[in-house]
Amino acid sequence: MIKSLKTQSHKLSDPAYQLQVLNNYSESLRDLPRFRDKLKETDLFPLKPTGIEIFQMNVGYMCNMTCKHCHVDAGPDRREVMKKETFRQCLEALRDSEATTVDLTGGAPEMNPHFKWFVEEASKLGKEITVRSNLTILTTAPKYRALPEFFAKHGVEVTCSLPFYNKSRTDRQRGEGTYEKSIEALQKLNGIGYGREGSGLELNLVYNPAGAFLPGEQEPMEQTFKRQLSRKHGIVFNKLFTITNLPISRFLNFLLESGNLEDYMDRLVTAYNPAAAQGVMCRNTISVGWDGTLYDCDFNQMLDMPVEEDAPRHISEWNELKLNNRTIRINQHCFGCTAGAGSSCGGATT
Amino acid sequence: MADTYYQPEDLKKFKDVADFGPELAEKFFEYYGAVFEEGALSAREKALIALAVSHTVQCPYCIDAYTTESLEKGASEEQMMEAVHVASAIRGGSSLVHGVQMMNKTKDLSM
Repeated sequence: MIKSLKTQSHKLSDPAYQLQVLNNYSESLRDLPRFRDKLKETDLFPLKPTGIEIFQMNVGYMCNMTCKHCHVDAGPDRREVMKKETFRQCLEALRDSEATTVDLTGGAPEMNPHFKWFVEEASKLGKEITVRSNLTILTTAPKYRALPEFFAKHGVEVTCSLPFYNKSRTDRQRGEGTYEKSIEALQKLNGIGYGREGSGLELNLVYNPAGAFLPGEQEPMEQTFKRQLSRKHGIVFNKLFTITNLPISRFLNFLLESGNLEDYMDRLVTAYNPAAAQGVMCRNTISVGWDGTLYDCDFNQMLDMPVEEDAPRHISEWNELKLNNRTIRINQHCFGCTAGAGSSCGGATT
Repeated sequence: MADTYYQPEDLKKFKDVADFGPELAEKFFEYYGAVFEEGALSAREKALIALAVSHTVQCPYCIDAYTTESLEKGASEEQMMEAVHVASAIRGGSSLVHGVQMMNKTKDLSM
């Protein structure tokens, strides 16, 4: 089994060291423009929220997989999972929140023991629920195999990782056998109506580059995926979200080990797009950590950068007004969300 | 003074050719950008054609740029290698087809 960076006591499991690498690892990284200055040029500094539409919960770092690009450093050896009390506090916050979507992520969110209970409770609040599934979990134990029907019953939108439409590139990034299991899970989801026109059951795929390059345009990429998956496996889906890999955690490790860090950062900075900066997801999202700490996004969560001190920093102190007035915390990794067509959990932002 | 004719970092300086002649450079880069836009051919197909041509002209800058471009546009390794084989087949074929000229000349000269 591949161990997480944390279990290896790897230097890059330390968020402070990651930030140090991004800012100071070499002369060329030190010479790069600062994200703050680019925002200033775009009249977006200090970066402020536009409201909270997406309530994203990272319900734990435990996962059945150990993908090479994972910014969470998730894996079977991670033990951090959200407790029921924290879920309750999330429900309490959601009750009066203007957030329209509850976005469940991890790790494999399905592995949290309170996952199903929470989905049932959250769906009673009339919120749209999205689960970010790695797909392979749906092919493992019987309790996970039965989840597609459970998702359908509660109208849960399933957004799943599939980095490429072929086996070699998918398995290189996510582990041997991933492609076949993913196809099996997608066929199961299609079988109960997911991704099919008129079913109301939304099935979206997430594409992220399997290496040190940027994602191409979302729309043509979606057409390519649709053509290839339909021809090879008869699979249909609704939308493809193209996501840029952020230079964090295991992907940062890959960039360092492969000697691609400087060129990749230069590429992100060169591709800075003011329109993408305008639409960054941290402006309409709040990210709740497994222990209830509040962050501007899942990436800041992994870099141990909670929301600014003046804002409520824990779900138990939820105050939407104060959160809407906060200043979003930024650093050099943010260039990942503003490159090219922009990147967010919902794909391109322009 | 550079030790070798080719420097990987020079690829990033391509646009600097405008320093010695801005008007023609501007015309060229405008045309270049338009060529690679989505058209009757998709941007991915154009990237693959460019990748094949890069191998024909054996330009290291172009191979570097259009390998990345093909990956970014969603081409698979198989598609990229097939594009290189197309270049290779045309290049090899263009030598071989001249064998007919050689044969014709041989026949002309021979008893």
